[in-house]
Amino acid sequence: MANEHPTPPHVSRNEWTVTLPSLGWLLIFVISPTLIILAQSFRPPDLTGAIGSGWTLQNWETWLRQDVQHLALHTLWLSAVTTGFCMMLAIPFGWFMARTSSRGKQVLQLLVIIPFWTNFLIRIFAWKTLLNQDGLMTRAAAFMGLIPAHESLLYNEGAVLLVLIYTQLPFAILPIYAAAEKFDFSLLDAARDLGASHLRSFLEVFLPGIKMGIAAGALMVFVPALGSFLIPEMMGGHDSEMLGSRISQRAFADRNLPEASALASGLVIGVLSATLFIGGGMAWWRQFKRRQA
Amino acid sequence: MKRSGFFTRSVILTVLVFFHLPLMVLVINSFNASRFGGTWEGFTTHWYSDLFRNREVMEAFKRSLVIALWSTPAATLLGTLAAVALHRFHSRLQKVHFLLVQLPLVLPEVLMGFSMLLFFVAMGINLGLTTIWIAHVTFCLSFVTMVMLGRLQDFDFTLLDAARDLGATRWQATTRILLPLLWPGILASALLAFTVSLDDFVITFFVSGPGTTTLPVQIYSMMKTSRSLPIINALSSLLLFGTVITVASIHWLTRPARKL
Repeated sequence: MANEHPTPPHVSRNEWTVTLPSLGWLLIFVISPTLIILAQSFRPPDLTGAIGSGWTLQNWETWLRQDVQHLALHTLWLSAVTTGFCMMLAIPFGWFMARTSSRGKQVLQLLVIIPFWTNFLIRIFAWKTLLNQDGLMTRAAAFMGLIPAHESLLYNEGAVLLVLIYTQLPFAILPIYAAAEKFDFSLLDAARDLGASHLRSFLEVFLPGIKMGIAAGALMVFVPALGSFLIPEMMGGHDSEMLGSRISQRAFADRNLPEASALASGLVIGVLSATLFIGGGMAWWRQFKRRQA
Repeated sequence: MKRSGFFTRSVILTVLVFFHLPLMVLVINSFNASRFGGTWEGFTTHWYSDLFRNREVMEAFKRSLVIALWSTPAATLLGTLAAVALHRFHSRLQKVHFLLVQLPLVLPEVLMGFSMLLFFVAMGINLGLTTIWIAHVTFCLSFVTMVMLGRLQDFDFTLLDAARDLGATRWQATTRILLPLLWPGILASALLAFTVSLDDFVITFFVSGPGTTTLPVQIYSMMKTSRSLPIINALSSLLLFGTVITVASIHWLTRPARKL
């Protein structure tokens, strides 16, 4: 049989006309700015806060400094822990959502989407109110004797982690739910009939069944978390800075655009490798499955 | 349907409380006479009247609305075209195109904002309303494309062939059949673009200049200086209300078409 979907040998004029507006816009305003970060990271800083002329490696030397390396590792660590917690909550949530009635699904979907669409600053502000020295959480913790009275729960790593999880969790729930929705739950009964325990059928049948959703969710939690800057700035103390907050500090407070560019280039590399690693893994698996079928 | 176990149920409950408790406390506190909101000191609408009298907030809100109103049509047009191209053609060009469309959704906002800032500095463009508009059109475009792609998948393209067979010109088929049927999707994506533009803080923060404070940037500076905190409660509650309305409308506009 002949090839069913012949790929057209060349792109027609018609196709160019509908593609060019958005393609051109994105090339100019997304791709070229990203390339500019890379270029400016090799420029010397100017004392007036502008970008000097000539080329240098001095901005990249910032990566040799111990505090910057520590910062990068810390950013990776916080993003990884956030991803772990989000998965632990999102997998049972997705499971439940997929098995409930269609009315229940709609309600739960709405309940997940509302915080998701609520302004980012407002969500951070809400947690600041709960965790400040007179906040509800602080009072509850003091009442239970966990902390001394009127001690703020803000400005530490725990607060940063909590709000990271809060803002990223919907990104984990939605793709995992989408995958669980397509999962054939009768497979679990089959596994049980064949003598597998609840736990074993969950681990060896359900989890592999929704692994595309898990990968997509992990990607959508981990990558934005790597770039977070507002949450560490608002909720964190000196010990909980992240790469994103350092970039904005270098760009605005110190007005050192080239050094900020070198840091941002590092972040670009981190984001790309995470995306390629997880995304590439998903693509490889799909192909592998197709060949097996 | 099997009943879920105790563990699953407690996770669901925890997540729902975790999601909504902070927002509920915010709304309750916006009516709380206490300035710091630790204890309930009586009902008041004082913070709301303070909010409406606050010139800076109102100015910033108007500016945000203007920016959203200008970015929405551009993003809707570009995004819908992009979706049509992606849906109709399957060349290598479209693979690159799709990758580019997804990029603003995946890239951390700090990177988008900072790279655009450098771009404008390098091009010698002064930061202001124009730079904010460009940034907003860029990320709204991607949202519009994703929604429209979903809608196009549901669209029955044989209707267009039928119209052509009955003698309609390509233009007539587009304006009389395609657009009216796609209208709810276009409206939903425009609404989404409008909300996303109104909501954005990080990217706007990087590309806005002096005197072009948008509402989120204004909230940020109020949070930073810790002044007028109860006003933020009132403002947040109103925005939350707006969010619920918008989510409900988008949900309604993009509901699957009823089978005839």
